Amino acid sequence: MMKKITAVFLALLMVLMMSGCHGSLGIPEFSIPESFDTSRNYELTFWAKNDTNKAQTDIYYQAIEDFQKAYPNIKVNMRLYTDYGRIYNDVITNISTNTTPNICITYPDHIATYMTGSGTVVSLDQLMDDPKYGLGGSELQFEGPTRQEIIPQFLSECAIGGVTYALPYMRSTEALYINKDFVEKLGYTVPDVVTWDWIWEVSEAAMAQDADGTFTLNGQKVMIPFIYKSTDNMMIQYLKQMNAGYSTEDGQIEIFNDVTREFLREIRQHAETRSFSTFKISSYPANFLNAGQCLFAVDSTAGATWMGSHAPLIDIAPENLVEFETVVRPVPQADPANPQMISQGPSICIFNKADNQEVLASWLFAQYLLSNKVQIAYSETEGYVPVTSKAQSSAEYQDYLSRSGEDGNAHYDIKIQASQLLLNNVEHTFTTPVFNGSTSLRDAAGHLIENVVLSVRRGQTVDENYLDQLYQDTTSLYRLDQVSQQAGSSGTETDLGPLPSAAVTLIVVLVCAWVMIGVVYLAGFLKKKKAAK
Amino acid sequence: MKKLFALLLAACLVVGMTACSSNAAKEEDINAKSEGVMTFDEYWNTAVDAPVTVETYVQAKESWWQDAAVVYTEDGNGAYFLYNLPCTQEEYDKLTPGTKIRVKGYKAEYSGMVEISPESFEIISGPSYVASPMDVTNIFITENELAKHMGQLVTVKGLVVEPANDAGDAFMYNWDGSGQEGSDVYFNLSLNGQVYSFNVRSYLCGPETEVYKAAQALQVGQTIDVECYLYWYNGPQPRVINITVK
Repeated sequence: MMKKITAVFLALLMVLMMSGCHGSLGIPEFSIPESFDTSRNYELTFWAKNDTNKAQTDIYYQAIEDFQKAYPNIKVNMRLYTDYGRIYNDVITNISTNTTPNICITYPDHIATYMTGSGTVVSLDQLMDDPKYGLGGSELQFEGPTRQEIIPQFLSECAIGGVTYALPYMRSTEALYINKDFVEKLGYTVPDVVTWDWIWEVSEAAMAQDADGTFTLNGQKVMIPFIYKSTDNMMIQYLKQMNAGYSTEDGQIEIFNDVTREFLREIRQHAETRSFSTFKISSYPANFLNAGQCLFAVDSTAGATWMGSHAPLIDIAPENLVEFETVVRPVPQADPANPQMISQGPSICIFNKADNQEVLASWLFAQYLLSNKVQIAYSETEGYVPVTSKAQSSAEYQDYLSRSGEDGNAHYDIKIQASQLLLNNVEHTFTTPVFNGSTSLRDAAGHLIENVVLSVRRGQTVDENYLDQLYQDTTSLYRLDQVSQQAGSSGTETDLGPLPSAAVTLIVVLVCAWVMIGVVYLAGFLKKKKAAK
Repeated sequence: MKKLFALLLAACLVVGMTACSSNAAKEEDINAKSEGVMTFDEYWNTAVDAPVTVETYVQAKESWWQDAAVVYTEDGNGAYFLYNLPCTQEEYDKLTPGTKIRVKGYKAEYSGMVEISPESFEIISGPSYVASPMDVTNIFITENELAKHMGQLVTVKGLVVEPANDAGDAFMYNWDGSGQEGSDVYFNLSLNGQVYSFNVRSYLCGPETEVYKAAQALQVGQTIDVECYLYWYNGPQPRVINITVK
């Protein structure tokens, strides 16, 4: 009899304990330990993204080595990725099995989806402000930035619903890389800020061919004057420049509007003449630019080391390289007086674990990635910009910028010009709202352009009916109607912070009362049963 | 008893011959096309971006991600590389080597690789066909001739392992050494003094496979034969699935 009561009591206790765990994975919400326990060893998993760039992976390895010297009880195991999408996919898969990495390079858009598992991603506001282990904290074994030294705009991009869920790691934007010689050969001058009208006009002018199909501009059989790498960014930036809808902050989809339609009609025209194409359809813009088969290549500033006749990284045969002068400009604009460009780049998030000490160790490593040594070294691998004013204003970084063009590798002029482009335009950058579904919306934005171009190339009729159908199909493919419904019903999940102590006490009392009622009822039931026998 | 034995032997012979003729029939059927389906030559000669319909046989699968697959297929006359074949995970699992499929899509070309950008496919009844590798050693240096075998399972013999980087390593993870175990393995092989880049693509043959381990064990100066799918990226960039050290 006693055993049965004990068993039932234990079962109830287990249920109680499980319900006490906050979050779908049964991981208690993270709270900052009083002190970091250095008597224990920790093994952390770090999923890192690089641009298939050995210099970047070497910097990660060096950062890990240096960090482990500062914290000999922490071992960091790195898994390398070259694609944000793959990291996203693997994280989603691992959330369900509670095998997420400790630290992960990511996009804020992706974090919004990770957060559908409550408590999966650690909110960083309290950690950042912790006097001992926070940014610039007294107990840190390295010199990191203070919170004030993180560029405020970059940090704000990592907030969802007012709560910070990531640290910015590097920032970039998109740039327009131009074959200046070809533009001038056509009788044009490259303006400081290129407009959409201008780029379409020059692109069409570049399409003149001889009777045998040879392009008069380059003397080759191949010419795609304007190639865009990320068509999602192309659409997003155009809508922003035109002050047209994309989405609301809480996830209402607004992309299917008349400005989008008008832009797609414009793109259709240039797809028809084949003066415009995309990375997904035709391959890397840099390869065409460097082969003298393209005038305007839009790619990330973090792709600058591939751009130009003397680029340190080249992906075509040397005999196909063409000599020309490359100039870097902001992406095409609707209003040159008010330029708008995307702010993008990797951020760092931390996943929650049952062991608070392990999470704290993860935070220390994430924070270490913002130290000057890592920030400056990594930003110099590409047209990235450090995310801290501490690194940006350092003598070392300023010296780096001042030596543009001194050599063709570490100080490759196009790369440094690309970094300068962002440094000079931080106030003109923007990000899109982050919500559960914003990744799908971004994919949909690119899908609209890709499909119009593909359909034109395939000889299909791209008219108003086609665009109606495209809107419909895109909504369905990316489940955007569901995204809007979620936004309309509940909005983005907001972390309301820890429960007040009075509420916690009340809940504990209520739970205990129910347990006691259950025990008394069960005891009575068993007593009656025994008596009946 | 002897009569019975003789009868049994005769029956066996008949059954055996029937089976042979059945195989022969199957072989003949491999390249039979339904109405409206292109032959390989018609496909090859079709313009890029034109609609194509082909009947072909799954040879290998490289990946499935976001409801799209990368699949190597061949009929008896040539290869059809399917990039982003729309399919569910369940459909992908059914695409085992030898499976006959009808694919509708558009001809595409990406960095020199001629491929199909599929719109739809269906598994169709018919014989199963797994291609034997075609020996392209003698035409490997002739890019124009080799190009028609893009996506095909081929073998190249008598290749010499050359250094993959300035440090003299026999292989690198990723094309520039930026990867780690589990990434693609790149190595340089020479044929008649001309050096080519080959790789073991991790999505096609992961780190647990024999060929991945064989690539990690390569040594500069070794002579090897390789079986590979003839991928193309601004020139031949074969994806190796088998390595034999001589």
